[in-house]
Amino acid sequence: MLTKRELMAGSAAFGGLSLLGASSQAQTVDLLKMFVPAAPGGGWDQTARSLEAALRATKLVNGVQITNVPGAGGAVGLPQFLNQWKGQGNALMVAGMVMVGSLLANKSPLSLTQVTPIARLTGEAEALCVPQGSPFKTAMDFAQALKADPAKVPVAGGSAGGTDHILLGMIAKAMGVAPSKVSYVAFSGGGPATAALLGSQVAAGISGYGEFGEQIKAGKLRVLAVSSDKRIEGIDAPTLKEQGIDVELFNWRGVFAPPGVNDAQRNAMTAMIEKLAASKEWAEVCKRQEWTQITLTGPDYGKFIAEETTRIGGILKELGLA
Amino acid sequence: MHAFEQLLHGFAVALTPVNLMWCLVGTTLGTAIGVLPGLGPALTIALLLPITFKVEPTAAFILFAGIYYGAMYGGSTTSILLNTPGESATIVTALEGNKMARSGRAGAALATSAIGSFVAGTIGTLGITFLAPIVVDWALKFGPADYFALMLLAFVTVTAVLGSSAVRGMAALFFGIWLGLIGVDLQTGQARFTFGVPELLDGINVIIVAVGLFAVGETLYVASRYKSGTDEIIPLKGSLWMTREEWARSWKPWLRGTALGFPIGAMPAGGAEIPTFLSYFLEKKLSTKPEEFGRGAIEGVAGPEAANNASAAGVLVPMLTLGLPTSATAAIMLSAFQSYGINPGPLLFESQAQLVWGLIASLFIGNVMLLVLNLPMIGLWVKMLRIPAPLLYAGILVFATIGTYGITQSPVDLVLLYLIGGLGYLMRRYDFPTAPVIIGMILGPLAEQNFRQAMTISAGDWTVFFTRPISATILVLALLALAGPKLLGFWQSFRMPAEPMGGDA
Repeated sequence: MLTKRELMAGSAAFGGLSLLGASSQAQTVDLLKMFVPAAPGGGWDQTARSLEAALRATKLVNGVQITNVPGAGGAVGLPQFLNQWKGQGNALMVAGMVMVGSLLANKSPLSLTQVTPIARLTGEAEALCVPQGSPFKTAMDFAQALKADPAKVPVAGGSAGGTDHILLGMIAKAMGVAPSKVSYVAFSGGGPATAALLGSQVAAGISGYGEFGEQIKAGKLRVLAVSSDKRIEGIDAPTLKEQGIDVELFNWRGVFAPPGVNDAQRNAMTAMIEKLAASKEWAEVCKRQEWTQITLTGPDYGKFIAEETTRIGGILKELGLA
Repeated sequence: MHAFEQLLHGFAVALTPVNLMWCLVGTTLGTAIGVLPGLGPALTIALLLPITFKVEPTAAFILFAGIYYGAMYGGSTTSILLNTPGESATIVTALEGNKMARSGRAGAALATSAIGSFVAGTIGTLGITFLAPIVVDWALKFGPADYFALMLLAFVTVTAVLGSSAVRGMAALFFGIWLGLIGVDLQTGQARFTFGVPELLDGINVIIVAVGLFAVGETLYVASRYKSGTDEIIPLKGSLWMTREEWARSWKPWLRGTALGFPIGAMPAGGAEIPTFLSYFLEKKLSTKPEEFGRGAIEGVAGPEAANNASAAGVLVPMLTLGLPTSATAAIMLSAFQSYGINPGPLLFESQAQLVWGLIASLFIGNVMLLVLNLPMIGLWVKMLRIPAPLLYAGILVFATIGTYGITQSPVDLVLLYLIGGLGYLMRRYDFPTAPVIIGMILGPLAEQNFRQAMTISAGDWTVFFTRPISATILVLALLALAGPKLLGFWQSFRMPAEPMGGDA
């Protein structure tokens, strides 16, 4: 039996070995190394830290070591994970849709298809919001105005090419408007975008629901639609699809193993994450953070990544960004 | 009345022994780093961010706010006694304060700045308490076009402080703007000036530039001149009690400085520097003895010192109510909120009442502590300035390096830090001002983004800057500030030769 100290002192291969034994029965992993290609405090970091808490609570893992390598939506961290973490069977990277977009927009030669997909875990729906006094009552009102003259409907959101911009591009495309024609006003984050929306400087705003939640509760903003496939518990808004706009977008997050891990290591990791995803501890975490659980593992997840890369790449091209 | 009750409740939180201790630690540490040139509140709070994993949020923010307020107090001591601003917000204080100290009135200068800081800090904190909701409504009326006009006004006022050589000042300002443009453009997602280095895609952190210029550059400069003598610390002379005349000349500048500092601090990119400069020029204009300015006028210390403390209070308003950081320090405090999973916003005052009101009450308590720390105990801080320069600056270099690495753990940032530090040394050596670099780096990209946001919203119609009442008003002010002095000079030079000729002017 390896002690924690021996494992930490030893090479990563030992970590892999201990996992080999774990695949059949739910044996505890001594040390899980997590790679977060973003700064502490952001969505991926919160995911990693929530995973740490839930994995410990369910006794699936004894210790977790988190490494943050922030920058450019993950484009700085990914090369490091690909090269320096190669073949480490006890390592996981947290990443998501934002990385797919930022790799394409930054014309990186790398892609998320180069790492080993383990599981998609959570998704955050985007919300389309307007100021309290806006003439738009439904998402269709908004979409019709967009169709009539996209230049007259300025929409606030996060940085260009991000999830918010992509959703606006998708809505425009669904309405038959060229995505490159949209009048997108990029702000440096949900906070400033919300302020612009509160001051009615823009016609509408798109961001993760969490950014607008406080203002919606205070009655200063109205949510017209959410971008998920189904309605979300606790959010009083229909989906875009219900209102006749054929668009669905989740800001999803998941975990990946490094390239070069063997099948046994991959299966062990997948089994561990599947157990976690089914636990009530993880369900509680997701409820508290207002994340929707959209677990997807194995080959299906790999296929999803490939599709998502094509889909996001297409809309970024039409927005004139990739 | 509601705010008053909440405030009382806040005092109950802030007056617990643990929180009092954090407040004392914060204000003491803040004064110390304010006194030491090269260390600022942004750097210090960044170094202390890891404690957010161990300490409960109320305590952490009481500590951070104490550091922020304390630095504003401590910075003036160094400006007055050493003629080296301890903080960028106390650059102006050095202009008159050091002259006062040289003429044996250091005590009065320190007293007027400490009492002025106390008055402004207390009024500013009262402002947060009662005006925060009103300020929010008012600030929300500002759209991108209005912000752009505000940036233009800021640029115009900045040109007034570029130093003796306008060319050097402009070079520094535009270098700062260029630094600010590095990275992915917000509006189009395209990389600019990144030279294929992925670490540059997110832009250069303003903290690294500030630390590089102010800490590393300063250290190199001091080291290069060490043999040829060190800075002269003016001994503490003159009574710490102000005379009746000094009181009479101080109280109005305190109030005017507060009136300038609080609202400007609350505006994005307002910061602490602009109101201190505005206050200085306002006092110079209003003074009955303008000839004293440049030789040690007490108004020139009282006004700007009140302005910088009031702006520190002002900065907290948009940060707490909107989650909008308007200074580097506030940006770092915001990341501390985020690491607790707290989203500052209009509902923060309700959802985190204990935290917010405890923090506000601690600001009142902190102000009293700071007055005590900075007047009766001033001798202690002066002694700190006597720490042998090699030890002090070596220490600063170590902290600057660790602190920078601690922010991102990126080796690229360390290389940048020393590159910028080397440049900072050259700038000091050849008499280029360094403050405009930081101002340009913060204001330049903000002005650009606001301009383009305004243009997107107006669908490309540039008249939006003149048709919005707020924007138009600010632009007229900017034009007056720019052309006013020149027109006046032109008119006078036109009149003078005209008179001997017996013209009807």
